[in-house]
Amino acid sequence: MTTIPLVALVGNPNAGKSALFNALTGARQKLGNYPGVTVERKSGRISLSDGRPVELVDLPGTYSLDPTSPDEQVTRDVILGRQEGERLPDALVIVVDAANLENHLRFALELIALGLPTILALNMVDLATRDGLELDANILSRDLGVPVIATVAVRKRGLDHLRGALDGLLDGGARVLRPARPDVGFDARRADARRIARSAIVAETPSRRLTAAVDRVALHPFFGLILLLALLFVMFQAVYAWSEAPIAMIEGWAAATSDAVTAALPDGLLRSFLVDGVINGVGSVVVFLPQILVLFFFILMLEATGYMTRAAFMMDGLMARVGLSGRAFIPLLSSFACAVPGIMATRTISDPKDRLTTILIAPLMTCSARLPVYAVIIGAFIPARTVGPGIGLQGLVLFSLYVAGIIGAFVVALVLRITVTKGKSSGFLMEMPKYQFPRPQDILIGLWQRAVIFLKRAGTIIFASTVILWLLLSFPKPPVGSTVSPVSYSIAGRIAGGLNVVMAPIGFNRDISLALIPAMAAREVAVSALATVYSLEANDDEAALERSLGDRLKGRWSLPTALAFLAWFVFAPQCISTIAVTRRETNGWRWPAFMVGYLFALAYCAAGITFWTATALGLG
Amino acid sequence: MRLHLYPLRKPGYVESVDWSVLSAAEGQRLREFGICEGASIEALHRGGLLGRGPLACKVGRMTIAMRRNHAEAIDVRSGPDAPEQ
Repeated sequence: MTTIPLVALVGNPNAGKSALFNALTGARQKLGNYPGVTVERKSGRISLSDGRPVELVDLPGTYSLDPTSPDEQVTRDVILGRQEGERLPDALVIVVDAANLENHLRFALELIALGLPTILALNMVDLATRDGLELDANILSRDLGVPVIATVAVRKRGLDHLRGALDGLLDGGARVLRPARPDVGFDARRADARRIARSAIVAETPSRRLTAAVDRVALHPFFGLILLLALLFVMFQAVYAWSEAPIAMIEGWAAATSDAVTAALPDGLLRSFLVDGVINGVGSVVVFLPQILVLFFFILMLEATGYMTRAAFMMDGLMARVGLSGRAFIPLLSSFACAVPGIMATRTISDPKDRLTTILIAPLMTCSARLPVYAVIIGAFIPARTVGPGIGLQGLVLFSLYVAGIIGAFVVALVLRITVTKGKSSGFLMEMPKYQFPRPQDILIGLWQRAVIFLKRAGTIIFASTVILWLLLSFPKPPVGSTVSPVSYSIAGRIAGGLNVVMAPIGFNRDISLALIPAMAAREVAVSALATVYSLEANDDEAALERSLGDRLKGRWSLPTALAFLAWFVFAPQCISTIAVTRRETNGWRWPAFMVGYLFALAYCAAGITFWTATALGLG
Repeated sequence: MRLHLYPLRKPGYVESVDWSVLSAAEGQRLREFGICEGASIEALHRGGLLGRGPLACKVGRMTIAMRRNHAEAIDVRSGPDAPEQ
């Protein structure tokens, strides 16, 4: 059997490599990890012009084969045939940014010297032309000794030519090796790159007009900060406004399904399991998918447009003050979507102490899994009132919770950098890519991937937790005629009774203690856990079935308790996945244990202070 | 003149770099960004409300961000084009 040829996409960060990968593979992608490391492996299948299949792998971006981060090390090892779990590629597609040719060619020369069959994709030629740079691909091909194909990945231009060129490289599936050139060293490669780039330039104007113009605002000390804060604020408000209609649809679907099952089955264990355990539990989580996708939409847009690094630039002055690099801003911002990819994104931070500190504070960013919890509590207890021009009180409270997480993270970072992760920071060096309009398909692929990841969590961890919780809540049944409620009599009720001894002083009741146990699987399980608790307890009250979870909470919790619950979720590390990925990224249990310990301590103190203050102010 | 003191938006060239004050990783990254003797360079923006934050520079056709300590290690001069390397 002939092995399907493996082709690796490789290049500098910001060359548009992932956009090219998306354009070639579409949604037919496979996401995994390289064995032994936590670097993501993205692969997909494409067909050559004659229909032959090829496996395409998108390697992490790097500037040279001398790695300064785990990602860069994987790229080097794959290309040199040393990576466990990966074959030596049959061919390389080197992706370079046409508008930044001289700099990117240096790495391209290093790769070409390896002797593997190679094509150079001259990507983003449209942006290069827009900025006044014209290049001759034929001259470039002659000087480099490899085929050069002009591409515009975001508009799918040049892809057929690229496939055609791959045909030639992978003739009959046999590897056509060129003699390896002796490695001439960094300085000589740089000089060669400059000479070759100069030779290929037909016409050139000195500046990147669009990027320079926008940066005058985006990087302005004052206006740039205003722009950043405005963008973040729009993001938060949109999470509510744009999600309203989809949420109503999902809620309608869940209610209709519940009604159908209730009508179809007699009262009993199976109906209780399906309605209260399955539909109610999973529905309570899926209903918040729209909010999560809106948040991811903004994050993906910021990255794809190139603005993300500007945000990091604006934040570096502040980040440096707490001992972090502005580069940490990107993993931390990613942690607003989910701390798991956020923590994994810290792999781009070279300095080990910067990286560890960023990992340890990433869970303090308000991840999207907190949104279901915040949305229910805010919806139930905070009046839907306008407190300023276009500023809703509910949105303002949500914004405050985000700010509390950020401030908490910075204080913790400062403390960590002078204690457990002390040492000189190695600084902040970052390329700032050109601005460009994102390709809608790239955004959609990104959203799809995150939706699938979230629903898988809903479908596995959360579902399993919901079923286990239903079991704990449903057994043993109280004897006939007993005055003890079914929930109190259950195993979960007794566990919660014990836990509540610790939690009662900070304003929590037994139901909250009960919900926090399964919510260790993922924060959003707290919503389905509470829904299950109150739904079950409403068995003997038909009218209560018509009320939403929010209304039920409003009838059972005081405002100080609700606020304490919010404060708890700002800090508490209620996410097994985050704990697991921290273990993988730090290679042991020491730092996950430290993280869990300090975060729970912070959460307890924050909830307590909130409860006692709110009570003292007479908000109860 | 040190890069962090060099006027904004005035084209210049790298005269020299004091590699000894930079860590190995920092030095490598700066070289990978194209910073070397003779490279064209232009300071574009100073971050932070008081201008004490990072510096954004154009090197060739690439925009990069660096901190003050990196900029202090780079000596820049104005004037005619540097001879080809």
